[in-house]
Amino acid sequence: MQSSELPRRVLVLGSGALEIGQAGEFDYSGSQAIKALKEEGIQTVLINANIATIQTSAGLADRVYFVAISPENVSEILERERIDAILLSFGGQTALNTGLALEGSGTLSRLGVRVLGTPVRAIRDTEDRGLFIERLAEIGVKTARSYVCTTIEEAHTAARLLGLPVMLRGGFALGGMGSGIVDRESDLHAAAARAFGSGTKQVLVEECLRGWKEIEYEIVRDSHDNSVAVCSMENFDPMGVHTGESIVVAPTQTLSEAENQELRSIALRTVRHLGIVGECNIQYAVASGAFDYRVIEINARLSRSSALASKATGYPLAYVAAKLSIGRRLDDVPNGVTGCTTAFFEPALDYIVCKMPRWDLDKFRGASMRIGSEMKSVGEIMAIGRTFGEVLQKGIRMLDVGVDGLDPDAHCFDDLEDAIQNPTPLRVFAVAQALARGTSIARVAELSAIDPWFLGEMLGVLEVEASLRASTGSIASDLLRRAKQAGFSDRRIGLLTGATETSVRERRRAAGLAPGLAKIDTLAAEFPAQTNYVYASHHASACEVPDSIHPRVLILGSGPYRIGSSVEFDWSCVTAAKAASALGFETIMLNNNPETVSTDHDECDILVFDEISVESILDLCARLQPVGVIVSMGGQLPNRLALPLARAGVSILGTSADSIDVAEDRQKFSALLDQIGIDQPRWVHVTDTESAEEMVSRLGGYPVLVRPSYVLSGAAMMVAHAHGELVNILSRAAKVTPEHPVVISKFETHAREVELDAVAREGELLLVAISEHVEDAGVHSGDATIVLPPQRLYLPTIRRVREIATQLARALQITGPFNIQFLARNDEVKVIECNLRASRSLPFVSKATNRDFAGIAMRAMLGAPVDVLPIDLLELEYVAVKSPKFSFSRIAGADPMLGVEMTSTGEVGCFGHDLGEALLESLIATGFRIPKNGVLLSLGPVIDKYAFYDEARVLMEELNLPLFATSGTFDALSAVDIASTRLAKHPSEAGPSAMEAIERGLVDLVINIPRTFDSEGRPDGYLIRRAAIDARVPLVTELKLARAIVDALRTRAGRPRNLLAWDEIVPN
Amino acid sequence: MRAELRLEDGTRFEGTVFGAAGSAVGEVVFTTAMTGYVESLTDPSYRGQILVLTYPLAGGYGVPPDRPEGSLIGPFESSQIQVQGVVLQNPIDRYSHHAGTRSLSQWLESHGIPGIAGVDTRALTIHLRAHGTMRGWLIGGESAHGAIHEVEMDNVGWLVAPLEIVRYEGGDRTVLVIDAGAKDHLVRSLLARGVSVLRAPFTAEVAALAATVDGVVIGSGPGDPKQFGSLIDATRGLLRSYSRPIFGLCLGNQILALAAGGETEKLPYGHRGVNQPVRELQTSRCYVTSQNHGYAVINESLPQGWEPWFVNTNDGTNEGVRSTEQPHFGVQFHPEAHPGPDDTAYLFDDFLQLVHSMEKQ
Ligand SMILES: Nc1ncnc2c1ncn2[C@@H]1O[C@H](COP(=O)(O)OP(=O)(O)O)[C@@H](O)[C@H]1O
Ligand SMILES: Nc1ncnc2c1ncn2[C@@H]1O[C@H](COP(=O)(O)OP(=O)(O)O)[C@@H](O)[C@H]1O
Ligand SMILES: [Mg+2]
Ligand SMILES: [Mg+2]
Repeated sequence: MQSSELPRRVLVLGSGALEIGQAGEFDYSGSQAIKALKEEGIQTVLINANIATIQTSAGLADRVYFVAISPENVSEILERERIDAILLSFGGQTALNTGLALEGSGTLSRLGVRVLGTPVRAIRDTEDRGLFIERLAEIGVKTARSYVCTTIEEAHTAARLLGLPVMLRGGFALGGMGSGIVDRESDLHAAAARAFGSGTKQVLVEECLRGWKEIEYEIVRDSHDNSVAVCSMENFDPMGVHTGESIVVAPTQTLSEAENQELRSIALRTVRHLGIVGECNIQYAVASGAFDYRVIEINARLSRSSALASKATGYPLAYVAAKLSIGRRLDDVPNGVTGCTTAFFEPALDYIVCKMPRWDLDKFRGASMRIGSEMKSVGEIMAIGRTFGEVLQKGIRMLDVGVDGLDPDAHCFDDLEDAIQNPTPLRVFAVAQALARGTSIARVAELSAIDPWFLGEMLGVLEVEASLRASTGSIASDLLRRAKQAGFSDRRIGLLTGATETSVRERRRAAGLAPGLAKIDTLAAEFPAQTNYVYASHHASACEVPDSIHPRVLILGSGPYRIGSSVEFDWSCVTAAKAASALGFETIMLNNNPETVSTDHDECDILVFDEISVESILDLCARLQPVGVIVSMGGQLPNRLALPLARAGVSILGTSADSIDVAEDRQKFSALLDQIGIDQPRWVHVTDTESAEEMVSRLGGYPVLVRPSYVLSGAAMMVAHAHGELVNILSRAAKVTPEHPVVISKFETHAREVELDAVAREGELLLVAISEHVEDAGVHSGDATIVLPPQRLYLPTIRRVREIATQLARALQITGPFNIQFLARNDEVKVIECNLRASRSLPFVSKATNRDFAGIAMRAMLGAPVDVLPIDLLELEYVAVKSPKFSFSRIAGADPMLGVEMTSTGEVGCFGHDLGEALLESLIATGFRIPKNGVLLSLGPVIDKYAFYDEARVLMEELNLPLFATSGTFDALSAVDIASTRLAKHPSEAGPSAMEAIERGLVDLVINIPRTFDSEGRPDGYLIRRAAIDARVPLVTELKLARAIVDALRTRAGRPRNLLAWDEIVPN
Repeated sequence: MRAELRLEDGTRFEGTVFGAAGSAVGEVVFTTAMTGYVESLTDPSYRGQILVLTYPLAGGYGVPPDRPEGSLIGPFESSQIQVQGVVLQNPIDRYSHHAGTRSLSQWLESHGIPGIAGVDTRALTIHLRAHGTMRGWLIGGESAHGAIHEVEMDNVGWLVAPLEIVRYEGGDRTVLVIDAGAKDHLVRSLLARGVSVLRAPFTAEVAALAATVDGVVIGSGPGDPKQFGSLIDATRGLLRSYSRPIFGLCLGNQILALAAGGETEKLPYGHRGVNQPVRELQTSRCYVTSQNHGYAVINESLPQGWEPWFVNTNDGTNEGVRSTEQPHFGVQFHPEAHPGPDDTAYLFDDFLQLVHSMEKQ
């Protein structure tokens, strides 16, 4: 029951670190919820350890806790903060499951805390796959034929009854975790084990609907039983490929009016029957022949799809859901876009959007490239336009995967039909290639089960491509218009017609072909929009953004989330926009990632949801005439555009494009360092394999770090420990980019890594924060555990680091944010790299020091005065630790070993009075559990075993944890009288294996520090590491981190924990 | 082949011929519905008008084969394409649907209905919203200079009303549908609920027919309600003497209001689409409705004994009227949908419950 009284103090559960299946969309939904409640005068308390989010920034929630979202923490905070109501549906699956647990244990009722929005009973009905089917059957809504199983044996029986293939799905799961289609009897056992292994007690074995259309509706309903269907979406990839892994369009394209209405009606009926209040989505499988459907699931919470639908329609689902959760009526909530209508309406789109996932599978050693019902993608984009071809081409470019639109020759396929039939991230290119080579739509549809509608539209694009290829001489303006409307870039048109990008642009200008800027106004032009949420299209004839008397500044966003670039850059952009706005600038945000806050149309004055490319920015500047462009807030993607934009005459605000080029170009940067006397790891260019060995010896021998200089996605950095490895790496690198040399650097072992984040103005430092890594250099800074203030650096090192920053700021005449990474060994300090832009750690250092680095940088770039207190690192009475979050469990087969390539998908930042406390808080917030049963040590070479003796003793004697060890480690421990149980490293060896011990729960912490590598550079101990990941057992693979953890466990053992809010720790 | 749309105020939109290569003239109106082109184009309420499909992709699921003569089956809402012409942006020729047998273009061509593609329909919609609906000329292909057939809008109702009275068997009770351009789904909606339907042109002897049935539905139709003077008069008679349920839909709502002594006005650019939100005043329940009308009842004009029933939550205009004394009521939207959501289809149930609650005629 909804109480008519408004709550006084509401706890909002965030989603914690970004991980595969649960990413930035929850920053967006949580931020909107907090805004919506604030407007009502309701106080909000937020729990979210994800320090890079916007929702945890000052000025939003009244209180923020950077701690894990666990039942224990939540219940303590509920009590401590005298909370009277809680929001569960804005933090994804983690928040929902935690809420269910608290309700189940009676905590919520004991504390008199009301659950806002959808009642817990309805959440259970949707999360419990068995209950769900029953509830739908009550009103005659169809679901797939299925059996709810609680054991592997039951799953076998169910599969027999249903007949293969079958689909396996877990309850209470996220992103299709552990799910999959089983085609062969022989695969059933492993698949069922995997499904149960993902932590669920319930697995649904059901009729396989592979190849059916996958359709989704977003529904909102208020507590007065008013409901609307906000958005319909259709998947390009049919059933069997998770929606998160699918290319998706909105609105649906292949359903007739009657079918569309039927599904909409069923959705509303079901939502009403379940009693959902707020937002939910409903997923359908729809037969491609005569109409038939099955409901697959309902997510009674905000989701990735709801973020997408919000951006696709302009309807702020999360904001509205929050209003409804406190009892507001849909027709009482205003439609912020029109300003004169209400939230009770169904948006009409006058455009089509296309969402495309971005994967980074090639960052994971050993990962399979196949995609299916489990999520593996790490980010997404949304393209807006007026034909599918246009948005598909735009979308592919937005992904930033080195392919310029729907290029049928972008990839080579050994077996084209296989590439079409069995989905991988490259399927869309395989389809294009087949169509371009004349394979019929019918045949491609048969292989892929992709609806011929999509294929027909793709063929349309390929036909334009053929016309472009055939056109000789100066391209006719009719064809040029057709090509632009079909989504071809100037560059590609140039390539196809034998012209340069610039000359195509000139030709376009002469022909008067400039894209219009059309608004997304929720009502397809029926009511005028007050907001400026626009997209560019050559189908649009006008620029709908009105002129302004205020100076405009264009901020470039970060594009799709990917490994190495995610919510932190969204935070930077949003924070920067606020600062610009406060100075009286009209802010233009350019971004295309639907799971961000920066693409919320009330975060800036003009939101342009479009490509971030030279072409789009030039067109945009011509239309909107900004005084300048900010390239330093959105990460590497905009940073890379600085030079070409400057060359094309665009004014770059802040540090000059030439300086950015010096920092980015290894040769130039290295020369600069030499010139001003700053040390750097030695490096050389290698152009052929023959000379490599000689080059390595010039560097002083192995190990060396190898970087393909032209980093196309997939061409990764690697460390070579011996000649054989180097040869292998080079041969692969050469395959990618034959004409580009490879950079080989001396890999410095046992060096500490130091990170400096700073803001400068005209070469003078304004603000500096220095942090250190717990791990030795060699673990990518994005995967490292970062500590602020540094706990173990020598004072001279800190001084030297500062001095180098001062010199570089001056030399590069930096204005704006920058970041330098250093190697420190003894008293030597070397510079690894310098980025003249906001870094990944900027929100962390900002929140840990309570200094608005991004805002101050923005003021500096806009020439406004800044007034800021310097940070005295020695005076801080607390420690902040940033820890990475990995998603290895979702990437079957991937080796969870850390190295110089980043693999983490998210991060948290937590506080403590000392390093131990802060470290444990942050580890726990990424899923680490304090070991209780036993610890497995597998420590590689002798030196590490020596280094770990003390820790091993602490584990056993002080923490009373039984030790298990693989043979070498066992011997080493025995030699110093440390008792342990010997376990085999390989199943082939005699005796109980380490993998069994992990699976059986004998150990709940695995410390595995490999030091031998095969010819591919692969470290040994893979099976142990993978077993730990698959069994959800915390795994540590770096010695310094392992020692820090043991130390933290020792110092914190038996001591009470203080749960403190951000403002109680970091003084304002 | 080039085509052009010229608006009364001189604005021009260029494009290419779509459907039949011909020309057309009519009031230019837009619908923002994203699906439902077959239903809309066959909706008699669009008679005489040039319809702009604002949603930029048209024809994705093709068109099913023509239905047999005399049949009522959907998605067709009448036996012909009713619009004068169609304006759209990006036609889909490679349509995909199990029921589709031809493209939208082929269908229009086979019925001789001209269209224009390649128009920035959003820009056109904004123009019509800002300046109100206006007359326009669609000029396409060779026939650019030929005579253009224009529908006499003052009498458009006569064009779309059925020629004769038809009875559809569906059950024990009979409902009279007064047809001035009603969609077939109105009849289907009643039949599906187990009553028989007597479908009569609005020009028929309404009073006499009403006396033989258990309830009356006044259906939708094109244009200005005031053109239907005789129907308004006949309805006035019914309101005085007829104590059985009368349900007005769209045009029928306006007829009821006018007959009762109320007034109607022309809306600047009408309500056309499938996402019009309405609120039932007494219960405050909101519904998403399908609409297609250019005129509205003026709430304040309703006489004693009548009250507004629903209002539009976007612009506050009237969306329904009802008598406070008799079972006589009307809604401005289309509970029969097609195209559009069926949220208000329950009104047929309510109406028929009333019908059944009275003694059989
Ligand atoms: N019965 C089925 N047959 C084939 N594929 C299915 C079936 N049920 C679900 N899927 C696929 O698995 C994906 C994930 O299932 P879903 O229940 O939506 O998981 P999640 O809760 O993680 O979103 C769906 O998006 C769909 O493509
Ligand atoms: N010469 C080196 N010796 C040891 N470790 C290094 C060296 N260069 C880089 N690294 C390690 O590799 C990581 C990634 O290198 P970096 O140049 O910062 O790449 P990116 O541009 O991806 O951040 C660093 O964080 C550091 O841990
Ligand atoms: Mg799902
Ligand atoms: Mg780095």
